[in-house]
Amino acid sequence: MFGLEKKDRSLLILVALLTIFAPFILNPFPEGSAMAQFNAGYPDLMQRFVIFGIFAIGFNILFGLTGYLSFGHAAFLGVGSYAAVWMFKLLSMNVVPAIVLAVVMSGLFALLIGYISLRRSGIYFSILTLAFAQMMFALAYSVLTPITGGETGLQLALDDPRILDGAGASAGNIPVPSLFGLEMRDSADLVLGSWVFTFNIGYYFCAVIMLLAFYLSIRIFRSPFGMMLRAIKSNQQRLNYTGLNPKPYTLAAFVISGMYAGLAGALMASMDPLAGAERMFWTASGEVVLMTILGGAGTLIGPVLGAGMIKYMENIISKINSDILHGWFAFLPDGLEDFVVTIIYPFIGKGWHLTLGLIFMAVVIFLPGGLVEGGQRLAALFRRKKTSTDDGSPAKTEPAE
Amino acid sequence: MGILEVKDVNKRFGGLQALGDVNLSVTENTCHAIIGPNGAGKSTLLNCLVGKLIPDTGSVMFDGQSVLGRTPHEINQLGISRVFQTPEIFGDLTVMENMMIPCFARRDGAFRLHAIESVGSETELREQAEQMLEDVNMLDKRHMHSASMSRGDKRRLEMAMCLVQNPKLLLLDEPTAGMARADTNNTIDLLKEIKDKRDITIAIIEHDMHVVFSLADRITVLAQGTPLVEDVPEKIKGHPKVQEAYLGESA
Repeated sequence: MFGLEKKDRSLLILVALLTIFAPFILNPFPEGSAMAQFNAGYPDLMQRFVIFGIFAIGFNILFGLTGYLSFGHAAFLGVGSYAAVWMFKLLSMNVVPAIVLAVVMSGLFALLIGYISLRRSGIYFSILTLAFAQMMFALAYSVLTPITGGETGLQLALDDPRILDGAGASAGNIPVPSLFGLEMRDSADLVLGSWVFTFNIGYYFCAVIMLLAFYLSIRIFRSPFGMMLRAIKSNQQRLNYTGLNPKPYTLAAFVISGMYAGLAGALMASMDPLAGAERMFWTASGEVVLMTILGGAGTLIGPVLGAGMIKYMENIISKINSDILHGWFAFLPDGLEDFVVTIIYPFIGKGWHLTLGLIFMAVVIFLPGGLVEGGQRLAALFRRKKTSTDDGSPAKTEPAE
Repeated sequence: MGILEVKDVNKRFGGLQALGDVNLSVTENTCHAIIGPNGAGKSTLLNCLVGKLIPDTGSVMFDGQSVLGRTPHEINQLGISRVFQTPEIFGDLTVMENMMIPCFARRDGAFRLHAIESVGSETELREQAEQMLEDVNMLDKRHMHSASMSRGDKRRLEMAMCLVQNPKLLLLDEPTAGMARADTNNTIDLLKEIKDKRDITIAIIEHDMHVVFSLADRITVLAQGTPLVEDVPEKIKGHPKVQEAYLGESA
């Protein structure tokens, strides 16, 4: 089925189930309870999980397979967003043309930037991509204001032409992005006891696209092309003397991952139709590097996990404030309560970056393979325990991957 | 007319004349050894053949085509495969994947965007690769991570990767350097087998005289960037000029 091997198929099905049931899985705590703030099952955040998942999956095709560390991938995210918003302004509020144009435009930009940057490798490649992204950010912020909206960003307006939608479509209100009439912001709530689960059209649209993107990335990983990319990371000299030209391979990987970023940018604009230059800032490029390394570069599922983890922390940990902490530790004696709160306070709220930084350091030092390696070690641990407890049956040993 | 014709090749590095008027002709389906003391220009000559260096003057013709100005991957596609002094393999990949890459290179050329097809469905190429691994007695190691193998096995794998491409010319750069005697003998046996079984031309650069005299049909002695003598092994052994330049006065 799907042209995948059994292991990859199971992984794809697992990811599909997780994304379909995400509104339940991410909302384990009842509304109004003390733990409710750890619920991540609201549309805005779930959309971000899958959109940044797409971004990281694409980045991983370049970085995870070829080892070329691009430090300017947010530029393609920005290009995708701008292209999508322009499509909303000029053509139609339907998301399909917006996504198509965004992917094409980011692919073209990636072709140009990749062609130049890939003349160098290692740190010089990273610096070149960073320089391009920062140039694009600076241009979008200043001289290209007519196209990008400059500091305020590119927004929809009532008098935009929207050729395909006709004049009556925007009667007094700025219309919202839709998929053939299905509005992206529409949601349905399911109330079960004190639990509320939200099913949002935008989220499910992004989720379907993320699953397609994930499926495509599995195919690329298992293809001869993917094998060549890993060979580039492993030994370019041997590849050259084996009659293969590494350059078009790396360029193709760069363009594909740029198009993934453009797709993610278009989806961001489809969920919330505005685009700002800050989306191309270098910290945004760094974020996708963190996601990929945190989850496990070169693994299939790692980047998605990394993206989910970082977005969860950004949105959940940053919302905890000192009042909430005091609430949690109210059972302690007064002095001790203040002490504990003072200790924890730097790690929450605006300090979530500190928590993220510590986790990132711990992962890089103790789990160089990222969260995926952590999962594998846990699984191996359980397997060993299992085999040591039931002495009767011969231990099944699996070949090391 | 040999399959490889090197004519009047000169190469200078600053003040050092690395190669001076080198002429060399390698006949098809023979094993031609290039020997010489350290600094004689053997590696420079080899690098000129594979496109890593471009000679200042002279010509290098392979199979009727000039190799000068071509990149290493283009030269490989002409039919020259190279084995390195230290085995160059894809260490992050399994033995089987290492073998599949040259198979793809031979079938699909220097670049093909086959991003959706699955490696697993390439039955024909896999059979070729497995056959080759069996020929070098490595089939049982095909799922191994290639970086974790012994040096001798890496060398074997590298040769198998070159041979599976069915090259017209196999270039060997000190294939037994740093090997134990047993491994050296294994390599000699492997190369002899290759020579006997296939229509292949081999050019070998080697320090170890035992290897050279067991394999070579013809030997060129290089000293200070110029060929001293070229002859069959029996004549080279006793040649006074060679003894003087290569083995030293005392020999």
